[in-house]
Amino acid sequence: MTLDNDTPLLEVDNLKTWFPDGDRTVRAVDGVSFTIRRGETCAILGESGCGKSITALSLMQLVPAGGRIVSGEILFHGQDLLQYSERQMRTVRGNRIAMIFQEPMTSLNPVLTTGEQIAEVLQQHLGLKGDALRQRVEALLHQVGIPDPHKRQQDYPHQLSGGMKQRIMIAMALAAEPELLIADEPTTALDVTIQAQVLDLLRELQQQHHMAMLLITHDLAVVADRADKVAVMYAGQIVELAPREQFFAEPRHPYTRKLFAAVPGRGKRRQKLEVIKGSVPTLDREFSGCRFADRCEEAWPLCRERRPAWTVLDEAGEHGVRCHRYDPDVDFVPQVVPSRGVREAGAVDQPPLSTVLQTRDLKVHFPIRKGLFKRIVGRVYAVDGIDLNLYRGRTTALVGESGCGKTTVGKALLQLIEPTAGQVDYLGQELTTLGGARLRRMRKHLQIIFQDPFASMNPRMMVGNIIEEGMLTQGVMPDEAERTRRIDQLLEQVGLSAEARQRYPHEFSGGQRQRICIARALALEPDVIVCDEPTSALDVSVQAQTLNLLKQLQQDYALSYLFITHSLSVVEYLADDIAVMYLGRIVERGPVEQLMSDPKHPYTQALLSAVPTIEKQSGREVIKLEGELPSPIDPPGGCHFHPRCPQAMAVCKQAYPGVTQLDGEREVRCYLYEEKGRGTRDE
Amino acid sequence: MFAYIIRRLFYAIPILIGVNLITFALFFVVNSPDDMARMHLGDKRVTQEAIEKWKTDRGYEKPLLYNSDTDGLNKFTETIFFTKSVRLFVFDFGSADDGRDIGYDIKQRMWPSLAIALPVFLVGLLINITFALLLAFFRATYIDVWGVVLCVVLMSISAMFYIIGGQYLIGKLMNLVPISGFDLVGIETVKFLVLPVLIGVVMGIGSGTRWYRTIFLEEIGRDYVRTARAKGLSELRVLFKHVLRNALIPILTGVVVVIPLLFLGSLLTESFFGIPGLGSYTIDAIQAQDFAIVRAMVFLGSVLYIIGLLLTDISYTVADPRIRLS
Amino acid sequence: MLSQTPKRFWIWPAVIVAGLLLLLWGLPQLLPVCAKYQLTDILIFCLVAGVIFLTAYIRHKPHLLEPWRRVLQSHRAMAAAVVLVVYVVIGLLDSIHFQEPLEGQPESVGHYSVDVPSLFDFMTRSLQEQTEKTYSAPLATHLFVKESVVLEDGTTAQQHRRLEHGGAHLADPQTDKWPDIAYTALQGLVWGLLLWSLLALLVSVWHARTAGLSPGASWRAIWRGRSRYPLNTLLVTAGILLVMLAILFTLSQKYHVFGTDKVGQDVFYLSLKSIRTGLVIGTLTTLVMLPFAILLGIMAGYFRGWIDDLIQYLYTTLNSIPGVLLIAAAILSIQVYIANHPELFDSAMDRADLRLLALCVVLGITSWTNLCRLLRGESLKLRELEYVEAARAFGVHHFTILGRHILPNVLHIVLIVVVLEFSGLVLAEAVLSYVGVGVDPSTISWGNMINGARLELAREPVVWWSLVAAFILMFALVLAANLFADAVRDAFDPRLGRIPRN
Repeated sequence: MTLDNDTPLLEVDNLKTWFPDGDRTVRAVDGVSFTIRRGETCAILGESGCGKSITALSLMQLVPAGGRIVSGEILFHGQDLLQYSERQMRTVRGNRIAMIFQEPMTSLNPVLTTGEQIAEVLQQHLGLKGDALRQRVEALLHQVGIPDPHKRQQDYPHQLSGGMKQRIMIAMALAAEPELLIADEPTTALDVTIQAQVLDLLRELQQQHHMAMLLITHDLAVVADRADKVAVMYAGQIVELAPREQFFAEPRHPYTRKLFAAVPGRGKRRQKLEVIKGSVPTLDREFSGCRFADRCEEAWPLCRERRPAWTVLDEAGEHGVRCHRYDPDVDFVPQVVPSRGVREAGAVDQPPLSTVLQTRDLKVHFPIRKGLFKRIVGRVYAVDGIDLNLYRGRTTALVGESGCGKTTVGKALLQLIEPTAGQVDYLGQELTTLGGARLRRMRKHLQIIFQDPFASMNPRMMVGNIIEEGMLTQGVMPDEAERTRRIDQLLEQVGLSAEARQRYPHEFSGGQRQRICIARALALEPDVIVCDEPTSALDVSVQAQTLNLLKQLQQDYALSYLFITHSLSVVEYLADDIAVMYLGRIVERGPVEQLMSDPKHPYTQALLSAVPTIEKQSGREVIKLEGELPSPIDPPGGCHFHPRCPQAMAVCKQAYPGVTQLDGEREVRCYLYEEKGRGTRDE
Repeated sequence: MFAYIIRRLFYAIPILIGVNLITFALFFVVNSPDDMARMHLGDKRVTQEAIEKWKTDRGYEKPLLYNSDTDGLNKFTETIFFTKSVRLFVFDFGSADDGRDIGYDIKQRMWPSLAIALPVFLVGLLINITFALLLAFFRATYIDVWGVVLCVVLMSISAMFYIIGGQYLIGKLMNLVPISGFDLVGIETVKFLVLPVLIGVVMGIGSGTRWYRTIFLEEIGRDYVRTARAKGLSELRVLFKHVLRNALIPILTGVVVVIPLLFLGSLLTESFFGIPGLGSYTIDAIQAQDFAIVRAMVFLGSVLYIIGLLLTDISYTVADPRIRLS
Repeated sequence: MLSQTPKRFWIWPAVIVAGLLLLLWGLPQLLPVCAKYQLTDILIFCLVAGVIFLTAYIRHKPHLLEPWRRVLQSHRAMAAAVVLVVYVVIGLLDSIHFQEPLEGQPESVGHYSVDVPSLFDFMTRSLQEQTEKTYSAPLATHLFVKESVVLEDGTTAQQHRRLEHGGAHLADPQTDKWPDIAYTALQGLVWGLLLWSLLALLVSVWHARTAGLSPGASWRAIWRGRSRYPLNTLLVTAGILLVMLAILFTLSQKYHVFGTDKVGQDVFYLSLKSIRTGLVIGTLTTLVMLPFAILLGIMAGYFRGWIDDLIQYLYTTLNSIPGVLLIAAAILSIQVYIANHPELFDSAMDRADLRLLALCVVLGITSWTNLCRLLRGESLKLRELEYVEAARAFGVHHFTILGRHILPNVLHIVLIVVVLEFSGLVLAEAVLSYVGVGVDPSTISWGNMINGARLELAREPVVWWSLVAAFILMFALVLAANLFADAVRDAFDPRLGRIPRN
């Protein structure tokens, strides 16, 4: 079987999947070709809406309702799957080609046990029954690292965490030992530490079974770690295809190069991030030229007139690109105009630290009620004693995995959730005791930007009214003409034209909406803005625009940001101070440079090491965290982290460690440093 | 689970009190017993004595809420509110205007009602779900499109036409079964049941099929269905094993709650077919303006509804592993 | 008021409504009649005014306009809309009531006839007045039942007597009847086609102007289905309806097209008069319940806590009483009240009107719970959305949030429920009237028609025409409403039929 190791397992040729809708047809996939060999990992990289998921579903012939594969070939072992009948196709799906999906929460059937769902594949394709079936299910669960498989196979999906669910999905996909596994953003919905676990598991299993994998992702860093070759998709087409080394060493297509430049990181702290202007074009039209031409800084008239052909760059035929710039048939290629040069933000004078907002022992507990009279039987310790300082003109990042309580901190700070205990002090004014009208007046100074740009604006209001709402409520600029001028000015400031005022949110892209939300928050001229994951719903290229804007505004208005995020690369780029949260408490905090280069707390160390990076770091050792975030209803006694901590000691189980002050304004709560520290403050 | 049921039963009390207050207000506050008497006696010039006699015969002579003529607890028990409304809580329905015991009548008439309503419910459920699955299987084809139109057409026909048409067509023209009547005597009963049950089922096909189809389509659009297809399962297996199981949860919401109400029977069917059930009992009472019976039926109806709600919640725990009642 | 509300949208509707008001109140002043609007009439006018304002408002809101465009782009909805428009026009004509001066004393101001006819009655006066003695079959020339007639030779015999109006102009009904009917129908057909041509001309001119085409090109575009809205469906449906109505109307001048009922009233007239009753119940009920359902629903969802508990308790309690029984109980009480307070009502018509309104209110009370529950659920979701939180972060007051952020985002649900419920209410009227807790027995309604006809089904041969006439008119209305409601739901419910995003 290893004889024909070099012939491709899967050859996709000029695949087109269209969604006809009345007189406009969305060409979601428009001529995609690639090959995958046995045991190889091919990654398809692209931003949302570029057609990468539809490509994957087309291979399985599971195109969503309304879509149709209009042309192309999908050769699997040399046989065209598109010629297969539905019945024949069913013997391929789940058997020879398997797929795992992005959302483990919704992709499992909620009313069937995990065991049943895995067994279904075995029954369907291998005809297993009875004991053999049960043993195989248990073996599979064991293989994907589920502890106590005998018991777990009786569980329903809702009883498992997100990471566990994704493991079940993997077990299901691997059940019939497929030759090709399609993984559609398998880790996007998961936290970094879990992401590392799942990706490692996939790699292990792939090697064991000598299985080919098609990995679909939007994350350059995931690709850097895993893929043998990378295909970059843009607007329904592959624009560049290359082996991993070549891809990272020398990306060719202007879009690819821009993507690399747009990724934030520590190295770019003093710079503005590269942005790709505009947004992905809609796919409901014929393109007469290059699809990227409108956003490309290197485009020349030819790019808009003629569609670029696929150009192979190396002799092996491994590296190809769809760009006129590399096409030998194109006579004239203009020199690249060096982009305006990345503006050095210059060494900003660090102003003396002046505290704008501080919290003392902030707690938010949610009661759990049960029983006949709804007695309180327990509490969710969402936030359990947080001390934070926000300084004028500086960004404090609050980092942690989902469920650690970081969003609750942001909302409790603004009194959007009533804190259970503790103080929030804004320039000497205690906020927790304020109520009614006085609290309403204070809201002018504290604003918030949300994660989801689609949910954060009322779809029934025009952008002008959305921005104006806060000004009217707070009585800022009661004069209408003056107010309108101010709105126009704000819109321009965030890079939108004044005519946006008369339009509705749905007419804008995700990135534009997020900028409108920034303008809305700015309208009140606040001192503090809580940014709750403002870029996590955005694509890399759009994220860069938003981050640049936030940074610029901070410099212009000396704003304080509380930047809540799980993305460490964004933190490295933007933040001045950082606080790492685990299960309702801050485990470590300090200035960002020191903390990132020399993390002290074992959790911080693990978190940092789990983040995949583009830059090749020699000797980077991944600290694998076992298990997952425990429930905040019943946090482990002692240090909450001790069950997962690789360096746990006996003392860790007994009491929560106090705060240890380290050099350079750093604090850590861990017994490892109690003696070394300058002093320990007890709780 | 047990604690949950107990708690729900406690919740039922204020609801029943509310129902009682509403009916009390409707029957005794909006119109005084004198008004009722006057209307029943019909004549414009009825004497006060006649009114008093009418009221005494039916126990309406007491004050509404507070009796100042007696003492102790009797101040509250010797009132219309207590004798007519509060006693409903112990299922003491009193007697109708013609002197018959309402409780006894209800017990007698419950069974014919159930004999019609239960088959209609079960057969209808089966047929509607089958049709809906069929439409969902052929979704986005002409079968589905015209199936839905047919459902809308069926829904647009008034229930009375189904009954009159059915009686005319099957009973009168084809002479297959008796047009109306009822007799609870063994196998012969079936003869009387066939037509009303058939018509009852046909009446519900339009709206039922359409509703279940919507539920199925909503489930078919979910991610886990895509996963099931990616496993290589056939469309039928996906429908029956995955979609149907999940669709059961929203279906239960609408279905279980009506099960206890089956006892009340169907107003129209029973009245047209002359079936001595609770439905025709109610209609007769309304037409005779017998308030005591209407009040009893209102109370009974709400008790059954509350039982239905409770059954719905319990049925969830069976159908949906995510729900544990506590 | 926010500064950028869409251009002053309310000016034009205000002008139109003011104009209509002027017409409704002013015109009777010029004519020798006295306007005598019923309570339900006034509410209907309010509803019409509301619809006019709403239309103007929708035109300025793209998120509302777009779904409505989609509704009208569906062939089925367009056909249904045409049918509904015909019903609504008849219903509205039947809602303008007035009194005529008593004959013989034209100079004495203030003396009017006791009759309160509507504009519709006025237009169909011949139908109303051509009553027979009792039953007669559709298009018959003789009574349905035999009567003893004294013959010329002095003997009595059982005979079908000639009708007083139906086919009275015929010399020999045996031979002349069918040719005459065919000829009259042909006349009607011609009239119908003429009217239709006029409509077709108007439509194609309108289309030519909006689409910027020449009249010929516009005509071709319409029939090849290339117009923006399915105007071909509109014209075909309107054509069928116009021709049918024209034929029926011309025939009805000489015959009883749907026969006569027990007291000899023309069934065609009765079934058309029933339209108003059906529409009133279908629409006013909604009007009555909407404020409660919306306010309580969004308040329960938004505030949660004890407000939610209270509102939930309220609707669970109301819901727990079987609908028919609650309606029966309420209507019986109202009946007693009306019977005991005859002094409150000027006429039998006032009483019937109040009973109709009461029925609407009672139906409203039983039907708001469903909408309320839906709105509560949706508001629960909305309150967690970030734009609501953003508004709270601005310090916006709770009730402003309710009005500005919650309400506009649940309106599509309100609309869907309202149109879906309409047909159910029309059907419910018939059942309730049968049970005896529907409209007043003197009100002309399909329910009362069926109820009256049902008793005659046992006759041999069967008196079927009242039943069938009521059936056809009711069925057409309910079917059109259902089809239209389907299209509205598809257009406004985002969960259905969108291409999934990648």
